[in-house]
Amino acid sequence: MATGYIHSRESFGTVDGPGVRYVLFMQGCPARCLYCHNPDTWDIHGGTSVTVEDVLSEYRKNRMFYRNGGITVSGGEPLLQLPFLCALFKAAREEGIHTCLDTAGVTFHRDPVYLSMLDDLMSHTDLVMLDIKHTDPEKHKMLTGMDNAAVLDFARYLTDKNITVWIRRVVVEGLTDDEEELLSLGRLIGEMPNVKALDVLPYHALGAQKYAGLGIPYPLAHLSPLPTEKAVAAKKTVLAGIREAKK
Amino acid sequence: MKYQYEEWNGFCDGTWRKEVNVRSFIRHNYTPYDGDEEFLESPTQDTSDLWSQVLDLFQKEREAGGVLDMDTKIISTIVSHKPGYLCREKERIVGLQTDKPLKRALMPYGGIRMAEKACSENGYELDPQVKEFFTVHRKTHNAGVFDAYTPEMRACRSSHIITGLPDAYGRGRIIGDYRRVALYGIDRLIADKQAQKETTRSAMYDAIIRDREELSEQIRALQDLKTMAAGYGFDISRPAANTKEAIQWLYFAYLAAVKEQNGAAMSLGRTSTFLDIYAERDLKNGLFTEKEIQEMVDHFIMKLRLIKFARTPEYNALFSGDPQWVTESIGGVAVDGRHMVTKMSFRYLHTLTNLGAAPEPNLTVLWSTKLPENFKRFCARMSIETSSVQYENDDLMRPTHGDDYAIACCVSSMRLGKEMQFFGARANLAKCLLYAINGGVDEISGAQVAPKFIPITSEYLDFDEVWAKYDAMMEWLAGVYVNTLNIIHYMHDKYCYEKLQMALHDREVKRWFATGIAGLSVVADSLSAIKYAKVKVIRNQDGLAVDYAVEGDFPKFGNDDDRVDSIAYDVVHRFMEHIRKNRTYRDGVPTTSILTITSNVVYGKNTGATPDGRKRGEAFAPGANPMHRRDTHGAVASLASVAKLPFADAQDGISNTFSIIPGALGKDERIFAGDLAVELDCCPDGACQIPMNFND
Repeated sequence: MATGYIHSRESFGTVDGPGVRYVLFMQGCPARCLYCHNPDTWDIHGGTSVTVEDVLSEYRKNRMFYRNGGITVSGGEPLLQLPFLCALFKAAREEGIHTCLDTAGVTFHRDPVYLSMLDDLMSHTDLVMLDIKHTDPEKHKMLTGMDNAAVLDFARYLTDKNITVWIRRVVVEGLTDDEEELLSLGRLIGEMPNVKALDVLPYHALGAQKYAGLGIPYPLAHLSPLPTEKAVAAKKTVLAGIREAKK
Repeated sequence: MKYQYEEWNGFCDGTWRKEVNVRSFIRHNYTPYDGDEEFLESPTQDTSDLWSQVLDLFQKEREAGGVLDMDTKIISTIVSHKPGYLCREKERIVGLQTDKPLKRALMPYGGIRMAEKACSENGYELDPQVKEFFTVHRKTHNAGVFDAYTPEMRACRSSHIITGLPDAYGRGRIIGDYRRVALYGIDRLIADKQAQKETTRSAMYDAIIRDREELSEQIRALQDLKTMAAGYGFDISRPAANTKEAIQWLYFAYLAAVKEQNGAAMSLGRTSTFLDIYAERDLKNGLFTEKEIQEMVDHFIMKLRLIKFARTPEYNALFSGDPQWVTESIGGVAVDGRHMVTKMSFRYLHTLTNLGAAPEPNLTVLWSTKLPENFKRFCARMSIETSSVQYENDDLMRPTHGDDYAIACCVSSMRLGKEMQFFGARANLAKCLLYAINGGVDEISGAQVAPKFIPITSEYLDFDEVWAKYDAMMEWLAGVYVNTLNIIHYMHDKYCYEKLQMALHDREVKRWFATGIAGLSVVADSLSAIKYAKVKVIRNQDGLAVDYAVEGDFPKFGNDDDRVDSIAYDVVHRFMEHIRKNRTYRDGVPTTSILTITSNVVYGKNTGATPDGRKRGEAFAPGANPMHRRDTHGAVASLASVAKLPFADAQDGISNTFSIIPGALGKDERIFAGDLAVELDCCPDGACQIPMNFND
């Protein structure tokens, strides 16, 4: 039976997909986002092992809480554990559970073996939440340590397959919130008819404590949380970009 | 005999006409309301004026250090004070506890020392004559209790293995069926009590003599209530004739209770759907408008917000604040399947908008999946806007408590006028575990509190040995606990009898004998640590276990893990079995609760280190909550653990308090575009945009 390595699980997830959700935070991530609030999920060798049955039996016990929700896998970068995800989502779907993948898309590539596994996963996935950190390749690299070509290609892949997508964007003052970038993100979304929602995530500093605990210097120690008004403004700008692309 | 009053014209018939039976009246007459909140009215000018006057008084009270004024000489009774008003011309509903708003009454029957301390610690001086009278000439509940306590009970009390006992303050938790006064009027209720008194057995022995004396007291209280109302210019000997009178009669009855008793929870009951019957009749007949009815409700709720008691800082520390627990139960579902939401349910909750949010009265929605959708949405909105609504599971309580129960305090349910509760504070089961390990010696004082059991002497704790000793120690604790409560309630009945509240009960009352548990998650985790990890005992020079070193990890309560959740279940179940073995005062039916919502800090402070790694003095988790930060799997797992506890053993309530930051309860609509097709159709800020269909 497929085994996954998880960092933790949240039985009452209300912000990672529709409804109340059972959220698995997978262990391991190749990206090193400056504002990452889960640095404790980076290490690909860590984590606790779980089986598909472990997850589903826990889910079933409290199924009534998840009537309008489902399972979300987040992380870390869940796509690092593709075989486990396939097995989990397939089994979940068989029980009528809504499945959601929360990813940054950085590991996507078009190797045929990989693609066939990904195709399989997508056939059991109800929703992909794609976190596009930045549309500019340079800035994306500066922000995450990784190129965004894979992310943009993954976005095209999702559009081609007509998978339902929510786009997420962490808005960090001075890093991901300049107007041109937000418009550019909007224009990108405007080209994706499969995108159903835009989830603007205002930067918060709750991760700082974890850095201290892990003994890693926190690169954004000087930043304060993004005020709601700025998040509202960011959302409007992205929407304007979408409209522009649609004209 | 069938009674007939012209005040009842237009009401449907039922057994309520033949006997005192408010539930029958409600069943035959209420109108379920499925609509939304559109009909609700905003506050009138008089309401706003009065409320700003009250806010001003609250401000003055805070500035005065928490108490604005206090009686130090007049002993509060139903008729002790002349009428008091906020502003007579503007008040639709009248009546104050004393002659002035926020002036706290003097109630020495629970205990003269407590009354004296409440005065002195708030900067007042008790009249020496009152003190002398209640020390020399008239005994109090508190004095009675201490005359009867055994040395063992005193030791348990001072070591805090039993704490918060209502032996020096009013026990509360009794809810008079205040609606009876509105529906029947005082004369009919007195006639009913007279008939009860005339039909007691004629052979005189303790129980019968007590019944006859209590009935006489009850009749006197009803007469006093009539006199008090007459002082305000109302003749409540007859039934209320309309909505305004019904609210006023009902409030007078409640007011009499809080003039007489300073109880640790003085709940109102379940009044909204009852009152709605009057409102519907008056609206139909054109007697009052919606605006007028909402105004009466606003003024009524305003009065309930003014209820205050004289208490000591210690008491307030135990209960975290200065609570009255004026709990009102709203909604729920009838046994015949109809929901019991009426327009009045909306009006009560709407006071949170008209007067602003407030913790009192404690508006409690009896939640059921069968409540109408519009009401559910309204409740959700009120909760978001005011954070002042409490919810309880009606689907869980209805099977055992029917459809005319109400909540006393925060969760104790009882059938109105048919059941009452002997409030019993709680036993510290975490300390009990330490007694099991130390052979009955208190881990903090070193005193031999429990009988001298053989202590555990091994270096590492063995689960089977600990469990056997713990079970025996729980048996001892249950015995001394129940017997302590027997004394307390005997003396409370004798010296501080709730005559008005009991006058609004049936002749045969079911008495719940409430006990309580503190420290459940500490015990569950400790036993789990002993079973699944290794726990090393650290002893002081006297050989007393005072600390524990836990080696390895263990399952912790609150993570939906059966290995430890089953331990918590066993502890509750076993403790209740031991409780049930004891004879209870007035044949009270034992029940327990796991809900130290506030006093968990005080209980923790008085308890030594425990085998789960908790340090000496560290707070317990509230109620049946998992210990702080040990539930690592989120709220559903935590709730699932708590849901496994046996409700049949803990019918008085199990609580799991969890708070959550608003951002963790879903998306902020302002920044989450949940449906792009819709969002894009809206013109942002009036800017001229071309609306477009996103799917084109």
